[in-house]
Amino acid sequence: MRHIISLLVENESGALSRIAGLFSARGYNIESLTVATTEDPTLSRMTIVTIGSDRIIEQITKQLNKLIDVVKLQDMTEGNYIEREMMFVKIRAEGESKRSEIQRLSGIFRARIIDVTDLTFCVELTGSGDKLDAYIKTLHDGDVIEIVRSGSMGITRGVKALTL
Amino acid sequence: MELSGSEILVQFLKDEGVEVIFGYPGGAVLHIYDAIHRQDDVKHILVRHEQGATHAADGYARSTGKPGVALVTSGPGATNAITGIATAFMDSIPMVVISGQVPSGMIGSDAFQEVDAIGCTRPCVKHNFLVKDINKLAETLKKAFYVATTGRPGPVLIDIPKDITAPQIKIAYEYPESVKMRSYNPNVKGHPRQVKKAVELLLSAKRPMIYSGGGVVLGNASDELREVTQKLGFPITETLMGLGAYPGTDKQNLGMLGMHGTYEANMAMHECDVLFAVGARFDDRITGDTNKFCPRAKIIHIDIDPASISKTINVDIPIVGEVKTVLTEMSRILDETDIKSDQAALDSWWDKVNSWKQQNCLAYDKTSKHIKPQAAVEALYEVTGGDAYVASDVGQHQMFAAQFYKFDEPRRWINSGGLGTMGFGLPAAMGVKIAHPEAEVACVTGEGSIQMCIQELSTCLQYDLPVKIICLNNRYLGMVRQWQEFFYEKRYSHSYMDALPDFVKLVESYGHIGIRVEDPADLESAMKEAFSHKDRLVFLDVITDQTENVYPMIQAGAGHNDMEISPEHKKNLGSINPRGELA
Repeated sequence: MRHIISLLVENESGALSRIAGLFSARGYNIESLTVATTEDPTLSRMTIVTIGSDRIIEQITKQLNKLIDVVKLQDMTEGNYIEREMMFVKIRAEGESKRSEIQRLSGIFRARIIDVTDLTFCVELTGSGDKLDAYIKTLHDGDVIEIVRSGSMGITRGVKALTL
Repeated sequence: MELSGSEILVQFLKDEGVEVIFGYPGGAVLHIYDAIHRQDDVKHILVRHEQGATHAADGYARSTGKPGVALVTSGPGATNAITGIATAFMDSIPMVVISGQVPSGMIGSDAFQEVDAIGCTRPCVKHNFLVKDINKLAETLKKAFYVATTGRPGPVLIDIPKDITAPQIKIAYEYPESVKMRSYNPNVKGHPRQVKKAVELLLSAKRPMIYSGGGVVLGNASDELREVTQKLGFPITETLMGLGAYPGTDKQNLGMLGMHGTYEANMAMHECDVLFAVGARFDDRITGDTNKFCPRAKIIHIDIDPASISKTINVDIPIVGEVKTVLTEMSRILDETDIKSDQAALDSWWDKVNSWKQQNCLAYDKTSKHIKPQAAVEALYEVTGGDAYVASDVGQHQMFAAQFYKFDEPRRWINSGGLGTMGFGLPAAMGVKIAHPEAEVACVTGEGSIQMCIQELSTCLQYDLPVKIICLNNRYLGMVRQWQEFFYEKRYSHSYMDALPDFVKLVESYGHIGIRVEDPADLESAMKEAFSHKDRLVFLDVITDQTENVYPMIQAGAGHNDMEISPEHKKNLGSINPRGELA
């Protein structure tokens, strides 16, 4: 099953490689990994999307918890949570009909056009991974010039929080 | 007190209670070596190869329970140390390795003798630190010792750039008495309800089995294990790493289990209805095929490391905690409970276990005109009264030592169980001898393994370390040969040790005594002679039978009840039916 694991880790050089190294050394999957400093500059927050059986996920969380740099860990998938991913798409947009089609589609997906040239649009879209995939599917293959995806972030619903 | 980084390091080691370090100098640690030169409190042992430094520190740690300390230079010093670090990591041995690094400003420039020691060691340390600021040096050292010695122990590396140890820069030093790390809290007590449930399950067992591992030795819980085992009256088996935690000569002890475990231990594992795993991690050499492992058993597992629980084998009652405190609690509950174990069931279980035992699975041919390796270990046991520290290398000789030397005390059996590092034995024995100068220290090795760290014979002379090396010399890489005999139709590819040195002359050239023995009739007297030289290192070159195999053997994919047994064991089967019962 797909799990979203959020971590608070010491904001130190080497912490990221310890975590990435754990996944490669033990043969675990990483679908995406995002990391940034938190409001507390000594901590980074990391979101890892991984896939595995219950036994593998249990081992992943235990092995991550064992790393000295990992301060706190939460498997979002164990409760209610919100997941979002952000995407930029650079699209070939020549001719009036194509330009208006992209604008129409972007409206349906609540995507924003954030850069325009005579030849291209750049679109920004936030949502679940599925929504991002669905938007890409609406575009003609030949029209997509470049896609950048951030990887997923997650946060729990309600009062429960991943803080120190 | 204003000290340089080098002086802080040495003063810290003294304050931390470190008596001895094992090391090898080089460019990046010259400042540190200068500080070592100017004091007598911390003794430095100059090894002949950095692998030897880490193995010696490891042997010191295993035999004392105190952290072993090694000091190596940057680049090749650090990479040479890695085999020893990985060895300690696999067996959870507390060790602190200090490596020099090129000056901070040169890191990343491919400088002379530069290697990313943090990156290279990351997969095989419990943790590692790069010291970037002299003001953090003392605190980092304290953290390193704290992490290495608490929780599930393990090796920790501290990489120190040369500028941090420069004599010109001095700062105030105070020994950090304690350290707090928000992300590391190793003190765990077993959950009381789980402990109680475990005791109830144990007392309800009809065919119970205790499976004890290296965690009992590491956790200094040998006394508690003995108490609980004797109160329960159950059979017990020990892993390769756990030998000696429970007395090897006690009648409840069925010996080692696993790939080369005894017939009775493995059969009892297969048949048991309750398995009590104490400080053991269900390693693949123990479980064999996990689908066939203990098919009828409910499993209780005590381990300090939550990640060890249900990693390869699902357990019914997990208890995360220090083995020592959990066993103490169990012992108390056993005293207070009104629940009685099913004595009739236990009696008939013991009858069955004893019938397996009577088959004498370790029987070997005593009429051979060649020295049998088993006989050499038995002679060692006799001559040392079963009371020696025995370090071993890796291979057939290691298994024979584990099977035939009955360890009655923990921390006497020093071997590389997890990583299986050839070359471990001699430097580890050195570390043991330094920790226990009055004790007999033997190194059981083979002619293959000993050549992987033989340079340490020179260290033994320099520091007057009279270990006794018992080399079971069969002119083969015995375990490789055994597998080739069984699984590769006797195609002995590169397992023959051709062009061996004359070990007697070799050790003599190192300034030690060499004795060769080839005739079984001379074995005992040769062993006695070796140990009669109290103050000299003796290398006993025992020319053994080339064709001997280690039995019993669980082959890949087999269950515990499906063992290859020795020809002599088969002869004993005359009166025993295939279910292992006396006919």
